[in-house]
This record gives sequence, structure tokens and C-alpha cells, in this order.
Amino acid sequence: MTELFTIAASTDGGGLALGITEGGNWFLRNVWLIPLLPALSFVGILFFGKRMPRGGSELGVASLGIAFLLAVVTGAAWVDHRDDYHGEEVYRAVVVHDAHADAHADDHGGGHGHPSLAVHRTATWFQTNGVEFTVGTLVDGPAVMMLLVVTLVSLLVHVYSTDYVHGDRRYTHFFAFLSLFSASMLLLVVSENTLQLLCAWELVGVCSFVLIGHWWEEKPNSDAALKAFLTNRVGDMGLLVGVTVLFFAVGSALPDRFGSFSIAETNALASSGALSHTTLLIASCCLMAAVMSKSGQFFLHTWLPDAMAGPTPVSALIHAATMVVAGVFMIARMYGVFFEGFQIDGSSINLMAFIGGLTTIVGACLAFVQRDIKKVLAYSTISQLGYMVMALGVGAWTAAMFHLFTHAFFKACLFLGSGSVSHAVHSFDMKSDMGGLRKHMPHTYRTFMIGTVALAGLPPLAGFWSKDEILVGTGGWGLLGGTGGNGAYTLMLGMGMLTAALTAAYMTRCVYLTFFGEFRGHGQPHESGPRITVPLWILAGLAVVAGFMNLPKGFQMAPGSFQERFGHFVEPVAGYFPAISHGTPSWSLAVVSTLVVVGGIAAAGWYYFVKVEAASKTAGTSLTELPDGPTTKYPLARMGHTLLANKYYLDHLYNGVVVDGTKGPVARFAYRINQQVIDRTVDLVGETAVKAGVTVYEKVDQLVVDGAVNASGSASSATGEELRKINSGKVQSYAAILFAAATVLAGVLIVIV
Amino acid sequence: MLLNQFLLLSAVLFAIGVYGVLARRNGVLVLMSIELILNAVNLNLVAFGAFRETVGGEVFALFVIAVAAAEVGVGLAMVLLLYRNRRSIDLTQIDQLRG
Amino acid sequence: MENLLDGWGITLATFSPLVGAAVMMLIPREREDRHKMVALVTSLWVAFVGVLLLLWFDLDHTDHLQFAVDRVWIDVISSHYSVGIDGMSLPLILMTMLVVPACIVYSWNHFPEPANPKAFLILILILETGMIGTFVAQDLVLFFVFFEVVLLPMFFMIAVWGGEDRRYASLKFFLFTLFGSALMLVSFLALFFLTGADTFTFTGLADAVAHGGVSRTAQLWIFGGMFLGFGIKVPMFPFHTWLPDAHTQAPTVGSVILAAVLLKLGTYGFIRIAIPILPEAAVAWAPWIGLLAVVGIIYGALGCLAQTDMKRLIAFSSVAHMGFVMLGIATLTDFGINAAIMGMVAHGLITGMLFFLAGSVKERYHTLEISRLGGLLVQAPRMGWIFGLCAMASLGLPGLAGFWGEFPAILSAYNPANGVPVETFRTYMVVAALGTVLAAGYLLWLLQRAAFGAPTSEFADDPHITDTTKHEWISWTPLLALIVAIGIYPNLVFRVTDGAVDASLAPCLTVETGEEAEALGCGEAYGFDDHGSEIDDEHATGN
Repeated sequence: MTELFTIAASTDGGGLALGITEGGNWFLRNVWLIPLLPALSFVGILFFGKRMPRGGSELGVASLGIAFLLAVVTGAAWVDHRDDYHGEEVYRAVVVHDAHADAHADDHGGGHGHPSLAVHRTATWFQTNGVEFTVGTLVDGPAVMMLLVVTLVSLLVHVYSTDYVHGDRRYTHFFAFLSLFSASMLLLVVSENTLQLLCAWELVGVCSFVLIGHWWEEKPNSDAALKAFLTNRVGDMGLLVGVTVLFFAVGSALPDRFGSFSIAETNALASSGALSHTTLLIASCCLMAAVMSKSGQFFLHTWLPDAMAGPTPVSALIHAATMVVAGVFMIARMYGVFFEGFQIDGSSINLMAFIGGLTTIVGACLAFVQRDIKKVLAYSTISQLGYMVMALGVGAWTAAMFHLFTHAFFKACLFLGSGSVSHAVHSFDMKSDMGGLRKHMPHTYRTFMIGTVALAGLPPLAGFWSKDEILVGTGGWGLLGGTGGNGAYTLMLGMGMLTAALTAAYMTRCVYLTFFGEFRGHGQPHESGPRITVPLWILAGLAVVAGFMNLPKGFQMAPGSFQERFGHFVEPVAGYFPAISHGTPSWSLAVVSTLVVVGGIAAAGWYYFVKVEAASKTAGTSLTELPDGPTTKYPLARMGHTLLANKYYLDHLYNGVVVDGTKGPVARFAYRINQQVIDRTVDLVGETAVKAGVTVYEKVDQLVVDGAVNASGSASSATGEELRKINSGKVQSYAAILFAAATVLAGVLIVIV
Repeated sequence: MLLNQFLLLSAVLFAIGVYGVLARRNGVLVLMSIELILNAVNLNLVAFGAFRETVGGEVFALFVIAVAAAEVGVGLAMVLLLYRNRRSIDLTQIDQLRG
Repeated sequence: MENLLDGWGITLATFSPLVGAAVMMLIPREREDRHKMVALVTSLWVAFVGVLLLLWFDLDHTDHLQFAVDRVWIDVISSHYSVGIDGMSLPLILMTMLVVPACIVYSWNHFPEPANPKAFLILILILETGMIGTFVAQDLVLFFVFFEVVLLPMFFMIAVWGGEDRRYASLKFFLFTLFGSALMLVSFLALFFLTGADTFTFTGLADAVAHGGVSRTAQLWIFGGMFLGFGIKVPMFPFHTWLPDAHTQAPTVGSVILAAVLLKLGTYGFIRIAIPILPEAAVAWAPWIGLLAVVGIIYGALGCLAQTDMKRLIAFSSVAHMGFVMLGIATLTDFGINAAIMGMVAHGLITGMLFFLAGSVKERYHTLEISRLGGLLVQAPRMGWIFGLCAMASLGLPGLAGFWGEFPAILSAYNPANGVPVETFRTYMVVAALGTVLAAGYLLWLLQRAAFGAPTSEFADDPHITDTTKHEWISWTPLLALIVAIGIYPNLVFRVTDGAVDASLAPCLTVETGEEAEALGCGEAYGFDDHGSEIDDEHATGN
């Protein structure tokens, strides 16, 4: 251990630079208004929604509209603020290990030019143990980016929902919770400390619970809601422990402080080396559990597909664009901790990257066997979230955030598109109720295609740019660039490539089954109204252009000032953010990854558009699979299909073993112990006491004590019986006794005297 | 001093009185026997008083005579009532106080 | 404004219910309306006095005993009528004053069988005196008397107005508690005679113990006696078995008072008497208390999962929730005990509400068998939503009161007081965190089975099943408002308790540096050696 020493507290340069400022633009300091608006809207809808002409939806739309405008202004203010460094930085007194402190002092800035100061504002929430716990906002690049994404997608989903859930039995209630969700999510992204983050984290979870179970009359829906909540609780256990560990770790490093939840302080101390690696590793693992549940990482992902039981706008907003990325966002927020904890720098594998990589493949494979269009998209979301986590695991922070940004748009677009489809055909089953819809629903078809191409990652749409950056960030390419990340994560590069091919293939399948071939459903499908199609087109438009916000450095087709704009404004360069390295982009990697995607599309396209189409013509009906497909021919393929169809048997494990085990044998056993052992003991003690009492009563009380009393009574009565004989009533016999007694007494007197 | 003779006389009187009380069945005779006993006592008191040369003996004797008069009055009244109710003054027949 | 209540406000609040009860005894039994009015007015008057006490309470000095009175009561045993309020008791007193009127309003039109409003309401008022008295007493004898006063009305309430198995349940409740009380009394007397303190006041005894005079072994035994007495009341595993029976059989209002206030008498005893007076023994006992607490958390949750009766399930959940409270107490830190008081208040409000709801469900469906319920949200939507809210609050959702009892307790277990084994408590912390998962499990399954889905055919067209009534709203609204208010702004409670808790703890428990420990003379019991350096190195670095 290095010797500890203290740097004196001061505000003029000593101590640990946090990279935050208490000043800044009015909009940056009063960002709390943005979550407050939907929160007020929630209360308003709850109490007055039923009496409003449009059932409270107008309140939700209005609040989100204003919140979006505020977010835009805040974004503009942040762009202004980002490069406006006057040195009014906040410092904290701190104990650090000297070696690390020196090593990191120079890293300040991380090669990105001068630092960006996050705008920090707090108020006292409560105090215990003399420690003040604060609530507040920490506004920096990722927070502003999330504010924009959440308010925009939420606004569009609100507008979309006014049509989609029109006439629903709980229309007002739906909008109330949509508002509450938006408020919670916005609170989460601006959280200043981990406790606040934890609260918002749970609140979005409960909104998700309520909205998944929106149609709770049907048992499968409430089952799905419960599953989502409980799975998330399992992860939240990690969050509770992780946050606690960090709280006291910071407290032990800061003199005169009991502990601290502050995100900035925690990260800064972690980056400075003041916290032991073991502590950070434990905290990272705990927090990772929370990420795995919230962001649907393998092996806690199983709730996410089931969550599709909720209304489609909910799936788009919560289970694709915003809530499920909360885990990714949390990693990004606590990156100092994870960066040190998992030792992302200079490694070639770590837990986070591996779980992320595994999740991308696992999720993508599952997407192949779904009949339900929303489940395809759900597994695709899992896969893409894995991509983001993997990116964070390999140190490609900006790429992960960028992918989060673009993914929010195209995935929301796809989900809302699937909702539009189901609105028309009243089903989500691609195989039995869809097909050939491109002729009936031109707007939905076009926007869905744009979303698909963006998701598959074909240039120049959004997904291509962000996916490419992640692949670059692995630092594992090495052919004409593509190196220089935080390590050589070659395995993750391979996983990413494989997933790119799989994604392209399953989306091709999905598009074919939905929009091509002949219509297999009933009735006459028709295009949805403008309140559905307009949000779709806006999101599709964003799916096209969002990628241009972060053109790679050295991209020769654009002027330099357009390169890496997203990274510049979003990635913090501050004391609370670790000094990460950036990979160099590579033309060759971009070309190869594009070829991989094209390969995936070609393979699936050949199967569906050529073989299945031909088989359909022969059969005369619109087929969805080849009658003699690979699964019927090859046992290995059949086994793989069975494995996937059963979702790797994870649900069997969780429901059958863990949940039923706990609810059934374990709980019954515990209760049995309660009734048979503990309660039995209590009863036994009681019964023994009663028995002992009876014994004492019969043997001791009745026989001995009472016996003595009775005996004395009967004895005296017997004596009386004897004595009464003397009492003859004859005066003379009395006199005789009197004289006899007197004589005796006289005799005694004589003898004694 | 002639103490012994008085005491002897007194003892004889007392013994006669006791015999009368225990042996006679007639109520009046029993009362008379009681008088004998009391007078035996009086004789004792007066004799001891003279012997000790105090007047206490005489004083006590006077008291006893007064009490004896009263006693005989009450006793005779009881015997009279007894006779009125039962037409007999045989004491052996009167045992209503038997326990 | 001048403090008009100083010196007699507490006495007024404590004994007003008795006056009300006396007035009611004079009114003939047939005048039910008049009885209800008297009871309600009395309880509201007490609540009003409570509000005045709160207004005049000096929030900047929560560690001072305020409105204090100290008169000689029973001279021969040096017992004082010593009462006062500080930050530790204030929240609990106010909660009591809130719950009692709520109960009276709730039972307004439906008294449990055999309806006898006069007796029932008199019992409630006597209970109120006992409960408030326990929280304000500053003298062991006085405390004990009030502690026992509570017992009888509750016994009668269960034994007379209870369910089918009421005789067994009430007797079990009575005997169990009495058994604990007896040991507790022995402990109190031992403390009195061994210290030779010549006083029964808490502060006097604490000083006497601190200045030596009681051997360590004796302290451990005395603490053990108190532990049993208070632990049975809490109730801690494995002394909890009276609780499910008592709750299941008690009338609704009885369950509410039992859950909301009576259980807190035990935990309050720990933080007010056992720990401040015997800190060294507390350190020695802490790992065992913590162990029983976490066993209770898991065990109570598993017990809940096995239940088929809604009320019994809620009763078992009390065991789990009080486990969190006891875990916070077992850490012996300011942090943990603050969390514990918050947990008590939150549990009182939330579980009280859940019992109210169970009572209302029973009234409508005439059963609490979970498998026969369902679709509450369809038939009584508002009540269903209140039920949902309370279930969420009970499982510790942030933004509602329950969270602030649960999370800080877990947090505090990471870093317990000096001398308490750190590794052990960190293990407890993880186990307690697992308890939050199980809590979500049993509450949501209950919610799903009782509230979601379609109504069962048995009750589908039952005209008796109505939504929340006026009386229910009046009685529930304050509780619900507080659950939300405390959840959003926990400082409502923490601000009041913090100073008092800090002052109640022995300095050695919380001292941070070795020099201070040496100056205070903290010995081995607190994990320090003779030179003030910590024996347990792990503790200092917090890693």
C-alpha cells in the first residue's frame, strides 16, 4: 500500500478536481423543471383526467411538448456552455494515493482539448447522522442527450397513443402513467447522486410494471408485469448493495465525511485511485447485476420479451427507447467506477464486455424463431442493448452513447410501426395474420423499411455509424486503422461482427413475413391515421440523419467541423470521468462490416424471397417457411431450433425452479417449520404449563393444602361432638364439674405453692 | 385464738352446702344449700378478719350477704316461674340447655 | 408564541382519553351515537393537543426532553412521574394520535360482532392512553405501567370482538407478552438494585451504569431480559408466533392498532431503554439481534409466500418488516436507528392501511381466502388502486414511505458501530437485500391474485361489493397522504429524530478516531485496545 497523504481542502486549485461547476446558464441550472412538468401532468391527469374532454391525454401531450422545448433550449445552452471554460471548477478535499494521483493528474482532459464542466446544483433532501443528503441535477453531455431523446420519443409516443389506445377502457390511466414514467426517466438522467438515481430507477420500474399490466384482466399480462418487476428486483438488489458499498468507500476516502452518494465525487475518487480496486470491483459487479436486469442482459433478460404484453406505445417508449437503456446510462454515469473496477483499460476481456457480447448473440439468435413481430423486436432490443454494454465494456463510451441515441430512434420507429400493423390486422402474429402488407400500408411499410435498414446497419443510415464506431472501439481490428482503443478486444469484435450478420438476417425475415408475400389474415387491412403515421415519419427521418451527428474523425467526405460533434458535446472531459482512449476509425473495417451485413441480408433474402416465395407459388398459398426446411432435414438444426424455441430453457429454470421452488417447497417448508416447530413449541409450552397446573392442582393443592384445611375442620367438629356430651343442660352436673375443677385447681395450687 | 374451730365449722357447713347443691332435686333446697355455702364463706371471712385484726373481713362478709339476698330473690323468682310453667321444681327434669 | 403547554401538555394528551372513557361510562349503553361522538371528539382533541405539541416542539433541539415534567410519584421506591418528548418519541406519538381517530372513524358504521360500541370505544381510548404514556414515560416504573396498560384492552378486543379462534389467539397474545414483561420487570429491578441509583429515570440509570457499578456479566444478563421482553413485543423471530394468530383473529381496528403502534412499543423500548442504558451489553448482543433480524426478514417473507389468507399474509409481512427495523437498531449507529424509527413510522402507516384494506375486503367478500378473491380492481377500482399503492409502499418503492425504512437500514448495516463485527453485518446486509426481492414477490402475488383479473363467479354479481365508502375515505386519506409525503420528503421524520438519536447513543459507539476513543476510555467492548487503536483494522478503512 502506498502511504496516504492529504491534500488540503481549498477552492483555488488544491484537492481533487471534480469537473463540475455550480454556475452556468439558467436553463442548465434549472433543468429540474423538465422532470417536474410530466410529474405535474401525472398528478393532474390522476385527479382531473376523467373530467377533461380528451381524458387527460391533452395534459400529457402538452407537458411533454413543453418539456421537449425546454430540453431543446437546454441542449442549445449546453452547446454554448461546453467550450466556455472559465476555471470556476469545484474541488473537494480528498485523500489519495500519491502514485495514482500523479499518474492521473496529467490525464485531465483525456486528449479532448480543454475540460467541460458539468453544471451541478443541489438542495438538501434529508439529513441523518448529521450527514446531509442532497437531491439535485448534474447536467452534462450524456444528461442533455438523454433529456432530448426521452422528451422527443415520449412526446411522439404520447401523440401516437392518442390514436392507438383510443377508446381503451383505461385511457386516462394509461396517460397518467405514461406521464409518470417520463417524469421518472427524466429524473433518472439528471440525477446528481446515486440515491436519487436509485429512486428514479425503481420508479421507472414500477411504471413499467403498471403499463405492462395495463390490461390486467388477462392473467398472462399481469404475469408478464410481475415477471418484469421481480426480475428487476433481483437486479436492484445488486444496485442497493453496490450503491451502499460506494457510499462508504467514498466516505472512507474523504476526510470529515461519513459517506457520499455524489456521482461526481464517486467517479472522481475512483479515477484518482483513492478507492481500492477490490472495493470498486465488488461495487461494479453489484451494479452490473442491476444493469443486467434493467437493460435485459443475458441471463436476466427473460422479462423483456414477456413485457411485450403491454400496449405497443409502451413497448416503444419504455422497452426499447428509454427505460431499458437506463442500465446502459447508469454504466455511462458511473463510468469512473466501472472503468477502474473492471480494469477496462489495457485489457482484452472483462465481465461487462463479455456479458454484453454474449447478450448480442443470444438475443439475435432468439429473434429468428419468433412468430410475434413485437417479440422479434424485443429480442432485437436485447441484442442491441448487449451491443451498447459491450461497447462500454471495451471502453468505447462515446460509441455506446451514440448507439443508444440512434437506436432509440430507429427502434422506436420499428415498434411504433409494428403497432401500426397490429392496429390494422388486430394481431401481432406474423405467420398467421400478416404478409403482403406493403400494398395496404405504404407509410408504415416505408418507415419500417427505413428502421430495418438503420438497425441492420447499412450506410448511410444511423445504425451503420454507431455500430461501426463500436466495432472500431473494440480496438481489435488492426488493418489500416481500427486500433488504439482501450485494449485489444478481438473477441468482442468478432461477436459484434457476427451479430451484425444475424441482425441483418432476422430483420430480413421479419420484413418478409410482415410486408411481402400474400396477406394471410382476415379482413381488409388499411393504413393508420396521421397521429400514427406522422410520428413514424419523424422517427424514420431521425433514423436516417441521426448518424451524421458523429461522423468519424478523418471521414474525408465531410468537413472537419462536422466530425465527432456528438462525441465532443456528449463525452465529458472532466475529473469525474475517466481518461479513456479513442480508437482510430478505419475504412477497411467499415467496408468489411457492411459486407457482413449485406451477406446476412443476402442469405436470409435468398431463403425467403427466393426459396419460400417459389415454394409459395407451388403450394398456391402464402407460406412462411419451407415445408422441407433445414430443421426438418438436419437433427442438429432441429436441436438448435428446439433450444431457441424454448428460449434456452431459462424460463423453465426461473419459473420452474427458482420461483416455484421459493413459492412452493421453500416457503411451505418455512411455514411448516413455523407451524410445526416454533408454534408447536409455543403450544407445547402452553400445554405443558396447563398440564403442570392440573397436576399441581390435583396433587398438591387438593390433596395436601386443601386436605390439611379440611382435616382441621373435621377434627374440630369431631371434638365438638365429643364435648357436647358434657353439656347435659343439667345445672347440677355443671355444678359438679365446677366443683371438681375447683378441687383440682385447689390441689394444683397446693402442690405448686 | 380460736381460728381452727371456726374454719372447721365453716368447712362442715361448706361440705353440707355442696352436698345439698349436688344431691337435692328440689330447686328451693338447692338455693338453700347455696346459702349454706355462702354463709360458710362468710364465716371464713369474718374469722380471718378477726384473726388479722382488720375490718376487711366484715366488709366483704356484708357484701356477700347483700349479694346473697339478691341472688336468693332472683333464684326464688326463677323457681316460682319454673313451677308455674312446668308444675314441678325438679331440677333433673330441666335440661333444655343441653348441647 | 409562548409555549403554553410546557409542563402539562403531555399529561393532558396522555390522560384526555381516560377522561373521555370515564364520560362514556356514564352514558347509557343504548345511546350509541353519543358514544361515537364522545370517542371521536376525545381522540380528535388528543390529536389537536398533539398538533400543538408539534408546533411548540423546538426542532433545533430535538435531543432535549421537551414539555418535561418530573415529580415524585411513589416515594418508597423512588419512582418519579417523569415524562417528556424528544425527537425519538415525537413521530411515534403523533402517529398514535393519528391512527386512533382513523380507527374510530373507520368503525363508525360497522362495529365488529358482538357490536357494543360503548365497550369497544372505551377500550380504544384506554389503549390510547397506554400507548401515548409508553412513548412519553421517562421512568422505568412508569414505562412499565403504561406498557402493561396496553395489554388488557387489546386482550379484550381480541377475545371479545375477534374471529372464530379468538380465545386461543387472545390468550396466546396475552401470555406471550406477559412472559416477556415479567422478564423485563426482573431486568428493571436488577438494574435498579445493582446500580444503587436511587432512581428509576432513564437518564439516572444510564449515568449510574456508565459510572460503573454493574459488572459486565450482569449487564449482559439484564440486557438479555430486556431483549426478551421487547423482542417478544416487536416481534422478533422466533418469538413471533403470537402475531399471525392475534392479527388474524383480531377485529380490523384491533389489527390496525396492533400493527401500527403496539409492535413499536418493543422497538421503542430497545432504542429508548436497552441501548442507551446498557451500550456495552448492546454491542455484545448486536450480532445476535442482527442475526435474528435477518432471519426474520427472510423467514417472514417465506411465511408470506405460503399463506392462503390475506390477513395472515399481511401479518407475516410485519415480521419481515420489523426485521428491517431491528437490523437498523442492531447496527447501533445513528444512521441505523434513524432508519429504524423511519421504518416504524412507515410500517405503522403502511401496514395499518393494509389491515384496513383487508378489513374492508372481508366486509365486502366475507372471506379473505386469497384463492376466492380476484378482480378487486374491477369491482371496487378506487379501493384496488389504494391497495396497489399500499402494496408498492410496503415493498419499499422509492417515493413512498416504506423505502426510507428499508434502504437506510440496509445502508447502515454496511458500517455498524464500533465493536460490532463488520463482516457479519455486511453479510446481513446482503441477506436483507434479498429480503426486498421476496417482499416484492409476496406483495405482488397478493396484488395479482386479489386485485387483478376478473372477479370470481362467486362474487361477480354481488351487490354488496361497493367501492370505497365515505368513512373509509375520511379515515384513510391522512394515512395515504403521509405515506406519499414522507416518501417524497423523508426529512419530515429524519429531521426530528436525528439529533435525539445521536444524543442517545454512547459516544464510544460512534467515535471515529483512536485518540478520541482513548480520551473517552472506550475499552475492549467497543473494539479498541488500551491505547485507543482499533483492534479490527478492517473497520477503519471501510473496505
